[in-house]
Amino acid sequence: MAQPRSMFQKIWDAHTVKRDQDSGEVLLYVDRLILTDTSSFHAFDLLRAEGYKVRHPRTIFGEPDHFAASRGPALSDVVDAERRTMVAALEENCRDFGLVHFGLGDPRMGISHVVGPEQGITLPGLFLLCGDSHTSTHGALGALAFGIGGQTAHIMATQCIWQRPLKNLRITVEGERAPGVSAKDVILGIIRELGPAGGFGHVIEYAGPAIRAMSIEERLTVCNMSIEAGARSGMVAPDDTTIAYVKGRPEAPRGEQWDRAVAYWRSLPSDPGARFDRELSFDAGRLSPMVSWGNTAADVVAVDGRVPDPAGEADADRRRSMQRALDYMGLAPGQAMHGLPIDQVFIGSCTNGRIEDLRAAASVARGRRATVPALVVPGSGLVKAQAEAEGLDRIFIEAGFHWGHPGCSMCVGTNGDTVGAGKRCVSTSNRNFVGRQGPGSRTHLASPLTAAASAIAGRVADARDYLQGGA
Amino acid sequence: MQPFTVLSAVAAPYDRINVDTDQILPARFLLKRRTDPEYPSYLFRDLRQQPDGSEDPGFVLNQPPYRGARIFVGNTNFGGGSSREAAAIAFDRYGIRCVVAPSFGDIFYNNCVKNGVLPIRLPETTVATIRSQLHALPGAMLTIDLPAQQVVDVEGTRHPFEIDGFSKGCLVEGASQIDLTLRCLPEIEAFERRYRETHGWA
Ligand code: SF4
Repeated sequence: MAQPRSMFQKIWDAHTVKRDQDSGEVLLYVDRLILTDTSSFHAFDLLRAEGYKVRHPRTIFGEPDHFAASRGPALSDVVDAERRTMVAALEENCRDFGLVHFGLGDPRMGISHVVGPEQGITLPGLFLLCGDSHTSTHGALGALAFGIGGQTAHIMATQCIWQRPLKNLRITVEGERAPGVSAKDVILGIIRELGPAGGFGHVIEYAGPAIRAMSIEERLTVCNMSIEAGARSGMVAPDDTTIAYVKGRPEAPRGEQWDRAVAYWRSLPSDPGARFDRELSFDAGRLSPMVSWGNTAADVVAVDGRVPDPAGEADADRRRSMQRALDYMGLAPGQAMHGLPIDQVFIGSCTNGRIEDLRAAASVARGRRATVPALVVPGSGLVKAQAEAEGLDRIFIEAGFHWGHPGCSMCVGTNGDTVGAGKRCVSTSNRNFVGRQGPGSRTHLASPLTAAASAIAGRVADARDYLQGGA
Repeated sequence: MQPFTVLSAVAAPYDRINVDTDQILPARFLLKRRTDPEYPSYLFRDLRQQPDGSEDPGFVLNQPPYRGARIFVGNTNFGGGSSREAAAIAFDRYGIRCVVAPSFGDIFYNNCVKNGVLPIRLPETTVATIRSQLHALPGAMLTIDLPAQQVVDVEGTRHPFEIDGFSKGCLVEGASQIDLTLRCLPEIEAFERRYRETHGWA
């Protein structure tokens, strides 16, 4: 009988073209490639200079997201001439090479990692790549997906990528989440345990009852942040929830091909007895809403917790880096997170810019007033349209939040939406690095519920107080 | 790509851990083309410059003995974070052809290889020793022998390092990976024929 295999191994094997004996690297066949507006121009420059052809243009999707302006949907809304040139260049490059392009103004445009699943570009069992590191998001549907940085030209020209075998880590998430605890809190809690490099070289499979109970959007949030633990990718096995989500999406298979696909997807979950390089378990039942205090996503505490003391850290390098983070963030050891005054709030990004995230934030904002500037940016044009159909935009606007046009926006600030130097922002995005939201910006990562509650309070707040009708 | 064989050059030591790609190349320079003549000035821009635009004399690459450095010696989890290829391009354009560290963000590692920058992993204690030698002798040189897979430190001690054959081949030949992969075209085409049978829905 065949060896039991993990889901990751099955997808890897199905895409193996050949193995290089010398290096041990494997040539893998790529099903889908997504290009964003920031970096793909390096690849097109190379294709043109060397005269390479794109092997399968229809499997490649161009999606301007980093420079898309939150103030409007047109190219003229993009913040400056240089960025307009980049957005226009992606469109032109897609046209010249015959690639699919969801440009500004197209109702389907948005953040690559929101649009992929939404359009059915992402499907279970596929091998999907994108230049952006948060490509791990797409693994929530049972795809193998990761960020590749600079190999875009290679993939366009060969439809393949060389890859060293990866390790496989399974995290079994047990327990039932308490009210007010979201998928974002679960993944922040997991990253705190793993550390910022704890998943290095691994593909993480998230399993267990707490993951099975999650919606696809929640699983996307979890897989999105795998990279913040240093992992290459995150995955969740396809199940009925996945198949119901994928069905009828524009790029999903239909008719007889659909039936064949579903039969294959049912065979993907890890076999009983499959070997993992590492296994961990995590209890989501004991978790509180989380908020970050430092400059990695592992630097988190419960919202009712306190900033840790570097003096308690045995490792000297780690102690110095904690101290540097506290200095940068303007925090003192032992300080309570709850009640910390903030300057602004950002709700959006590929982590938490989907409709369920906006519904969660709106449930807190409804009938209240923001006391600090708060920006809500839907992850895609379709998310925006859905939110408007449900009246969520009205709730936000009446609560004094700013309602923006889709894109990456303040997650990284490359579209001009930045957090000022020394300013403190509660953000639903995924990175709190030094300068991530603008030079000198201080980012506190949190869930949409926590972010909305903090916008109302003008301080780091506990959304549970608001859900129970308090404060 | 310029072939990489043996390099003897000034090496700059930098002790911080978790130097992420946002610090190596701040996001606002992501849209610059590789051919931009200003590119070398974007490397570590926010560490090299003070808020008023003047040079920060505390940053290693601003200190006279290290100005011509072509080798950079960092600490653990070097180049983690965002997958921006531009971080590797910034090293290449600045003229740094080799980065030594105990561990790297793995996308950054691959981007280095693709851009002709040799990333070398050595044990943490070895890298710490090399950094303290370089601090003690500002402007001292290291020798990197890629064909022999060795780093020769300031005291002449040889430290062997691992690198996969494919990356090594590309760096030594200065060949593009696309050309090397296109040599496998018959295998790719055979795979596609099989795959269309089994994965028609894809
Ligand atoms: S939303 Fe943020 S993390 Fe996601 S793709 Fe955009 S910039 Fe990257």
